[in-house]
Amino acid sequence: MSRSDVLVDADWVEAHGGDPGVVLVEVDEDTSAYDKGHIRNAVKIDWKADLQDPVRRDFVDKAGFEALLSERGISNDDTVVLYGGNNNWFAAYAYWYFRLYGHQSVKLLDGGRKKWELESRELVTDVPQRPRTSYHAQEQDKAIRAFRDEVVAAIGQRNLVDVRSPDEFAGRLLAPAHLPQEQAQRGGHIPTAKNIPWSKAAEEDGTFKSDDALRTLYGGAGVDFGKDTIAYCRIGERSAHTWFVLHELLGQPNVKNYDGSWTEYGSLVGVPIEIGDGK
Amino acid sequence: MSTEQASAGGCGAPAGGAPVSAAKDAGTQAVVQGRVTKDGSAVATGYARLLDSGGEFVAEVPLGEDGGFRFFAAPGSWTLRVLAPGNVRAERTVSADTGKITELEVAV
Repeated sequence: MSRSDVLVDADWVEAHGGDPGVVLVEVDEDTSAYDKGHIRNAVKIDWKADLQDPVRRDFVDKAGFEALLSERGISNDDTVVLYGGNNNWFAAYAYWYFRLYGHQSVKLLDGGRKKWELESRELVTDVPQRPRTSYHAQEQDKAIRAFRDEVVAAIGQRNLVDVRSPDEFAGRLLAPAHLPQEQAQRGGHIPTAKNIPWSKAAEEDGTFKSDDALRTLYGGAGVDFGKDTIAYCRIGERSAHTWFVLHELLGQPNVKNYDGSWTEYGSLVGVPIEIGDGK
Repeated sequence: MSTEQASAGGCGAPAGGAPVSAAKDAGTQAVVQGRVTKDGSAVATGYARLLDSGGEFVAEVPLGEDGGFRFFAAPGSWTLRVLAPGNVRAERTVSADTGKITELEVAV
């Protein structure tokens, strides 16, 4: 896996976004952004309404993912190019999700919607009509998804990477600063976790930093590249971005995203929690 | 946008990209909100980033149709950075307090 396998740039999307076998998909934190304007030929996936189970705290199951992709007109053989706002935060989450269900060819638009908008590239409101497909998903690949017991067992054993902001890591904030700060849970972080905010992996225009800069960033913060890694945040979306960096860009073999993340861990009874700034 | 609507979102989602109507009551939050304008008109395409006192990125939101943005910060000093097309950049320092709405208008 290398950068060119998993990233495309804006010029590539302008040239190939309408090619047969290529499907552009916008997945945004702001789920109304698509309706105001999107890249030509892009369809929309709503990270919440489409990807989350409406009742339980979990993802849509395999059948639900198949139904979603079939309805959006995405085939197993298509190259899916994902993009979204906020440094591809939710697009990276969707990327992880496509991999979880075994989609073969999936890429991110480097810089995402932000870079595209800041460069004043074309946005349209036409919604493409794609014929229905019969999508077949694989069983979830548990090699990239961590659950709570595994996370507790990993304390002091594997790299734990807390990708939230320093204030969330320390326990001073319980959510990113554009969300209200009320939660029924304790603040802090998992003992032995290193705090490397997800956003450090991106330049201000939303593109990913170079491999060398990324290795320096994670290595310098105490990630041992010889060990397996679990990344977490608050509900597993920012950490999907870091999973993408460590697993897809840097090619680390065993990296999992703990999607339960702090809203689960910080609500568990009896597990160890550390507060205060990173050491 | 009430805080209840906003908290229904996930790791991130503000309730919508539509106009960011000004919060009237901060409750227990330390709200930083405002508008980005150019020559008196709203800048509807662009991003507001909140950085902590160490310059560390904390959050980013797309500007609303009215150029609006809002953050729920913690008490203390913050930097607001605006990015807009045409390589437009602007920065303001702002201090937030619990129970208070800090308003700022950023002309770019």
